[in-house]
Amino acid sequence: MKLVYFASVREAIGLSSEECDVPQDARRVGDLVAWISAGSQEHARALHDLSRLRFALDQEMVASDALLGEAQELAIFPPVTGG
Amino acid sequence: MKVVRVSHAAIQPDEGLAALAGLGGGALASFTGIVRDDNGVTAIELEHYPGMTEASLYSLIEAATARWSLLGAVITHRVGIVPVGAPVVVVGAASLHRAEALEATAFLIDRLKTEAPFWKRAHYADGTAKWVDAKASDDARSERWT
Repeated sequence: MKLVYFASVREAIGLSSEECDVPQDARRVGDLVAWISAGSQEHARALHDLSRLRFALDQEMVASDALLGEAQELAIFPPVTGG
Repeated sequence: MKVVRVSHAAIQPDEGLAALAGLGGGALASFTGIVRDDNGVTAIELEHYPGMTEASLYSLIEAATARWSLLGAVITHRVGIVPVGAPVVVVGAASLHRAEALEATAFLIDRLKTEAPFWKRAHYADGTAKWVDAKASDDARSERWT
C-alpha cells in the first residue's frame, strides 16, 4: 500500500510518501498506523497520538476504525486548516 | 454550473463570480477569505492533497446543490505562498432568491474548512514558520449543517 503524509506529519517523518507491505493482522486503519509508527523514531513521534491525526483511504476521509479492505493508498495528516 | 479551481496563481475574485451572475437568477452570494495581518504574519503557505482536494470541493458543491435550489456554485482555492492581504479562497453561489445563495455560501465555506485537505503554515517577519492548528470553533460551525 502507498502511504502519503502531509503537513506536520510529512515533516516529522521526513518523507512525503512511501510503500509498505500491510501485515496480515492489520485490518483497520488504526492497526496499520500503529504498525507503521513502530518503524522508526520519526514515525513514532509523528504517529503516536491517533486522536490528533486524520486519515484518508483512496482519497476519502475515514475514521481510524475504518477497514483497510482493498484500498491502495492511505493518507495520514493533521486536522485540515484550509479556507 | 459547478466549478472547482485550485490555483497557484493569485485569485481574481470577480472572475469566478461573473459567470454565476449571468445564470438568470436574482441572487449571487459569495465569501472571500483573505490572509489576515496577524501578529507579524507575512504570508500563509498552503499545502494540499492533489486529487482529493478537487474531489472534496466538488462533493461539497454537490451536497449544497442537493440541499438548496441553486443555479450554480464555484469554489476557487489558492495554494502555495499567499501574502497578507491576498485572497486565499472564494466561494460563490447563485439562486433565484437570496436565502438559498446566502445559506449555501455559508455551508460551503464552513464545510470546506473542516473537510477539504488543505493545511496552512504561517510565515513570520523574523523568518520563522509554524503550522496553523485547527480550531474547535470551525468544527462547531461545520457541525451546525448536519
